Amino acid sequence: MGSTPREPELFLDPADTEPVVDAAAFRAVQATPRFGALRRRHRLFVLPVTALCLLWYFAYVLAAGYAPEFFAIPVWGSVNLGIVLGLAQVVTTFAVTTLYVWYANKHLDPVAAEIRAELEPVLHIAPKGARA
Amino acid sequence: MSASPGDPILNIAIFGVFVAITMVIVFRASRNNKTASDYYAAGRSFTGGQNGSAIAGDYLSAASFLGIVGAIAITGYDGFLYSIGFLVAWVVALLLVAELLRNTGKYTMGDVLAFRLRQRPVRIAAATSTLVVSFFYLLAQMAGAGGLVSLLLGIEERVGQSVVIAVVGALMILYVLVGGMKGTTWVQIIKAVMLIAGAAIMTVWVLALHNFDFSQLLDAAVATTGNPAILEPGLRYGLTDITRLDFLSLGLALVLGTAALPHVLMRFYTVPTAKEARKSVVWAIWLIGIFYVFTLVLGYGAAALIGPERILAAPGGVNSAAPLLAFELGGPVLLGIIAAVAFATILAVVAGLTITAAASFAHDVYGSVIKKGKATSEQEVKVARITVVVIGLVAIIGGIGANGQNVAFLVALAFAVAASANLPTIIYSLFWKRFTTRGALWSMYGGLSSAIILIVVSPVVSGSESSMIPAVDFAIFPLTNPGLVSIPLAFLLGWLGTITDRRREDIDKQIEMEVRSLTGVGAEKATSH
Repeated sequence: MGSTPREPELFLDPADTEPVVDAAAFRAVQATPRFGALRRRHRLFVLPVTALCLLWYFAYVLAAGYAPEFFAIPVWGSVNLGIVLGLAQVVTTFAVTTLYVWYANKHLDPVAAEIRAELEPVLHIAPKGARA
Repeated sequence: MSASPGDPILNIAIFGVFVAITMVIVFRASRNNKTASDYYAAGRSFTGGQNGSAIAGDYLSAASFLGIVGAIAITGYDGFLYSIGFLVAWVVALLLVAELLRNTGKYTMGDVLAFRLRQRPVRIAAATSTLVVSFFYLLAQMAGAGGLVSLLLGIEERVGQSVVIAVVGALMILYVLVGGMKGTTWVQIIKAVMLIAGAAIMTVWVLALHNFDFSQLLDAAVATTGNPAILEPGLRYGLTDITRLDFLSLGLALVLGTAALPHVLMRFYTVPTAKEARKSVVWAIWLIGIFYVFTLVLGYGAAALIGPERILAAPGGVNSAAPLLAFELGGPVLLGIIAAVAFATILAVVAGLTITAAASFAHDVYGSVIKKGKATSEQEVKVARITVVVIGLVAIIGGIGANGQNVAFLVALAFAVAASANLPTIIYSLFWKRFTTRGALWSMYGGLSSAIILIVVSPVVSGSESSMIPAVDFAIFPLTNPGLVSIPLAFLLGWLGTITDRRREDIDKQIEMEVRSLTGVGAEKATSH
């Protein structure tokens, strides 16, 4: 397995780790409240929403496995609750997708673009942006 | 009824037209395939819409089209349950992986995993799991081609089927060798359009035959099959407590595996920015979601218009539901189109897998480990092209050898291995500051080996009538999918390996990765148009 020989606390083998382009610039940006806010907004959306979607999916799978009679409840003609709930999974997936695009366009992209515009000249990254 | 419904010559002719059109496009698109960025990532020149269609073309394999329509026709609701997992999985890809990965990597999954950890061991682990996942997936697709041949071309003898598998494999090698990622992407886009258009036409047709009343279609399906239970879950997975747990395990692997499939991840590098990566996933989600709704109609349509007895009696069994339905609706021409779509599907998926595996070997193993980052872009691409030929030959030989074997589990296994070996490390390295190289290695090798070992000691390999080796019984693990155990285990190992690690990773690389992943600073832009 992947156990490695014991080495000093901080591992920095120059041959094995790519050097950071400009550590100070990244440190400075990471410490700004603006970046902190971006990270918080990103995580506050993606983590709970992913968790909710997975919960909703597993509730559906478990209900299908352990309560099939619940899925058999008729809703409209021969269309039963199972088919409605399955299609509801599709609809919620579409809804989450749309919601996230709206959220990212409004709350994430503008801040990311601002930080990028300020940081790239400092890092001497040309607009073409080829990273070694 | 003859061995193959429809006209094999017509089927081959329509597929020939597809090959001719895509060949021309691939040759035109490949004129400036010079650098590694061109070859692996199509010069990052695709738009979100194009890439989203290609993702759908990559993801909707023959298993999802023929397999799910057939599964719904035979086992009813349980087939639909399967497709929901394939769709919901994209939420994980959209929210947690796509953009952050596009911002921090260049060509392969290994780029992201090794970003702030030690390069060599992590890249070797990433390349190992990429090759294993791609190989399982590849083998399943190629072996499936044998079944399709007997169904669609009326070729019953092994030798003839082997020749067709070899031709499909040779075509794929040519596409990938010449076209690189650009050619592969165009094949996938064209195939996705054909597949979704074909399914849409059939869906409207089936609904029209039932007065556009879905309830009436369900009634007809119940009448033909004589089994009202096809409208409820349980025919396939509801038999015992073990089958129910097995479905939960499969569901976990599907929903967490998608966002960690190397050939899906690599597609995010073909667009210029993270925003386009997001658009790609949005397109893919809509196309894939709509397609799975079509398969619901097609599956019950096949049950209503053809019935399970005729489907199971046809060559190809369950997989013949969609082709038989096409023949029932539109005669030999529609069947020919659907047959061509099915072959195009295998071709496109196999091409995507091959370029991913080749890129991972050339970039992660040859470029970063053997040459320690000193290989030129030309050298890497040369190694990648050689790898494409080797993988193509392995796929042809494996496909011929596995022809007729029950290999459907290989796709589910590929998802389980991806979810166990890759996803924990992707998530931890993007979201957990403290994560270390040791955690990554424990998680990746632990997830990979536990998934494979559990499959070997499961009823898939031995101990039941449908096993690969039915004669002996060393099945001590009751589930056919290892995900329920191996995925939590891999997450646990990643955490345990990290917290027991006295060594700290370079904090500057962690800061750089965090800033890059969220802002896209310095991410490589499009290089050619």
